[in-house]
Amino acid sequence: MAAVDKGQDAPRIILVGSPNVGKSSLFNELTGTYTTVSNYPGTSVEISRGHCDIAGTRYEVLDTPGMYSLIPISEEEKVARDILLNETPHVVIHVIDARNVERMLPMTLQLVEAGLPMMLVINIMDEAERLGIQIDFPALRERLGIPVIGAATARRRGLQEIRQAIGNQDFCVGAPFSYSPDLEDDIQEISTCFQSDYRLSRRSLALLLLQKDTHIQALVGDREGELTEPLMECVKKVAFARRSDLHLHISLERKRITRNLLNGVLTQEGGRKPSMSDRLSALTMNPLTGFPFLLATLYFGLYKFVGGFGAGTVVDFLESTLFEAYLIPWLLHLGDRFLPWYWLHELMVGEYGIFTLAIRYAVAIVLPIVGTFFLAFSIIEDTGYFPRLAMLVDRIFKKIGLNGRAVIPLVLGFGCDTMATIVTRTLETVRERIIATVLLALAIPCSAQLGVILGLLSSVPGALAVWTLSMALVFLLIGFLAARLVPGEQPMFYMEIPPLRMPQLRNVITKTLTRMQWYFVEIFPLFIIASVLLWAGKLSGALAWVVKEMEPVMTMLGLPSQASAAFIFGFFRRDFGAAGLYDMQTSGLLSPVQLTVAAVTLTLFVPCVAQFLVMNKERGWKVAFGIFIFVTLLAFGVGWLLNKMLLFTGVLA
Amino acid sequence: MKLSEKAEEILEALWIATEEEGENGAHFQTLDVGPDDEGLRELDRLAYIEVRGERVHLRQEGREEAKMTVRRHRLAERLMMDVLDIKGASGDAKACEFEHLLHQGVDTKICTLLNHPTTCPHGKPIPPGKCCLEAQARGEAGVVPLTEVNAGQKGEIAYLSVTDPKKMQKLMSLGVLPGNQLRLARTFPAYVFTVGNSEFAVDEDLAREIFVRKI
Ligand SMILES: [Zn+2]
Ligand SMILES: [Zn+2]
Repeated sequence: MAAVDKGQDAPRIILVGSPNVGKSSLFNELTGTYTTVSNYPGTSVEISRGHCDIAGTRYEVLDTPGMYSLIPISEEEKVARDILLNETPHVVIHVIDARNVERMLPMTLQLVEAGLPMMLVINIMDEAERLGIQIDFPALRERLGIPVIGAATARRRGLQEIRQAIGNQDFCVGAPFSYSPDLEDDIQEISTCFQSDYRLSRRSLALLLLQKDTHIQALVGDREGELTEPLMECVKKVAFARRSDLHLHISLERKRITRNLLNGVLTQEGGRKPSMSDRLSALTMNPLTGFPFLLATLYFGLYKFVGGFGAGTVVDFLESTLFEAYLIPWLLHLGDRFLPWYWLHELMVGEYGIFTLAIRYAVAIVLPIVGTFFLAFSIIEDTGYFPRLAMLVDRIFKKIGLNGRAVIPLVLGFGCDTMATIVTRTLETVRERIIATVLLALAIPCSAQLGVILGLLSSVPGALAVWTLSMALVFLLIGFLAARLVPGEQPMFYMEIPPLRMPQLRNVITKTLTRMQWYFVEIFPLFIIASVLLWAGKLSGALAWVVKEMEPVMTMLGLPSQASAAFIFGFFRRDFGAAGLYDMQTSGLLSPVQLTVAAVTLTLFVPCVAQFLVMNKERGWKVAFGIFIFVTLLAFGVGWLLNKMLLFTGVLA
Repeated sequence: MKLSEKAEEILEALWIATEEEGENGAHFQTLDVGPDDEGLRELDRLAYIEVRGERVHLRQEGREEAKMTVRRHRLAERLMMDVLDIKGASGDAKACEFEHLLHQGVDTKICTLLNHPTTCPHGKPIPPGKCCLEAQARGEAGVVPLTEVNAGQKGEIAYLSVTDPKKMQKLMSLGVLPGNQLRLARTFPAYVFTVGNSEFAVDEDLAREIFVRKI
């Protein structure tokens, strides 16, 4: 296990807790804008890192992925625990949801038991108070033996106390709680078998071993060497002697301790009337009202805002006004003056030049579309709508081999398929990840492409309908087949549904900016690479050759031979291709049927270079190439069939 | 009057074929018997069944006995699975041996111990005994999978029979623990329930593995 850079001396603050408890908003409040997001060494899970200054000391703050207990299930949870196993913290701040103290406190108990310097932040107090929940903080502090602070970080409540507590204290380790005598005996017996030193307490390790935590088994095996065997014998002996599910037993013990701790500390008035948010929540989950709600969200969020405002208004302004009218002529002028060499001139400001193509594209076309999409996505995400959507579509998704959870990467695919392919990690089985990756590569157009295609097709009556129908059919058919052909375990669906909330402006903006920053850093270089490759292709004549070779395929699809260029470009950026079509359409080279066939084929056709590279990284080159070939064949096959059908039926003629 | 094991097996198969599959009796082959099978003759003597050619029919007189045999088998299955934690093929085999021992009130005791379950681990209905009907009349709620709770009803989680340890672990860390109160809000398109102040959604497969004592 790789340790996060130990070289720095700044004392570390580690934030842990379940998802949806406001951990990230606390992190943002503590660190301000000095945040970096990076992969945890050796994994692909992202963690945020930042700094904060309190009373003249500089602290490093780590935000860990959400975890529900000290025993990890997903890769993300494993990373969260690895951080606890490897780092030396100044303090571990456990953030919990005030409405669910009883459910989340068992993890606090585990952290205290692990011997970590602790502080407990009971967040979302504002909503809890609305539910009539009251917490006696001094009493809880007394009973837990660690600092306990009530907060509402989204409303910036309690931040001062948290900062003060961080600055004031030398965090001492709380005393562990006692379990039932038989369990205490077991822990005692196993604890004495350890010889090495560990970051976590022996008590905690003993319990994890009793719960058959395989990572801890490996860690202990590593440290104890020859002494591992007697230790594991001891664990087996104890587990056998109890002859019951120790996991459940331990959970129930923690529940009992939590109840005792909260007795008289936590009170809740009963008989609360359902709030506005509860009623709205029920409407989003009822299929009768939920699906119209979903369509409205898609219409206003995606079509109107992203398609109309982002891909229309903003792109028009940046592209036509800023770039076409001012920047490009000025750059061309500069190029003509200072770049006498043909090749360099071409590379900078030529047909596929870095400035004229890559930067113009990235900044004027893709960024506004992706930006508005991320903004819409962050707002919807912040309201807590996605888990409801997941629940609503679970039954349908099961038919295509996925569970409702997969709706999140698939929707994200409408923003950027590359990012969405990375997010398929959150799916639990390899099978689901592969199916979702195929569907993303095949049938989900990214916002850049979608924007251009929507603009292109809306000028031809009926074309948009044919395109939408074709996409939906291919999506369902391939999903349906994949569900039957891809081996592996069937997906199971379970999800926590957070309450519907009003999105917080600050949070939405931070999220959107972080994602846009990510997009720019990760994807922008690929634009440059694409334009350099195209430039090299043009100068060497390779591009002309490939375009020529593709012509028979175009003829097969009933398209003019020039269309092959659009398909080649499509691989570099999905929307390059669509934009190529746009040029052909405006010069009157395409009939309505040809336009529709080209749009369908191009949407289905290979993912862009960036998505392909990410597929390679996430799924391995075999799967990535397999998907690539499959998608290419299928795209042209469908294009061919569609052309025949449209010509035969006379639709769009 | 106690039947032989073989006779019980035949009755059970006949009940399933006629009552649950809607067949008109069963063929010798399905029952795995020959024309002069000991068990068959035993049942014929009691006028529980009628043999016509190679088909066996369940008579009105034999229905009650057949129903109780099925009940004993499925109760035995539940016992193996929920209490003794024996699963898979060995659980089925053990249940088959065990069912014949559940006579004269033993089945009632086990039924009560299991809180009058309504389905076997395979999801088939357990015909209710007198104990179940009495418990129902007293308003005592049985333990049922979440799939048999109506939207709006409350219950206490009795146990989880989740087979995958990872899912078990997840449910436990989410607070879906025996002894916790639960309220079912929706059953379609997924099962949505509240535990404490949190709401969860699970699919039907998982809902079938969460057992609830109705309140
Ligand atoms: Zn059964
Ligand atoms: Zn009963």
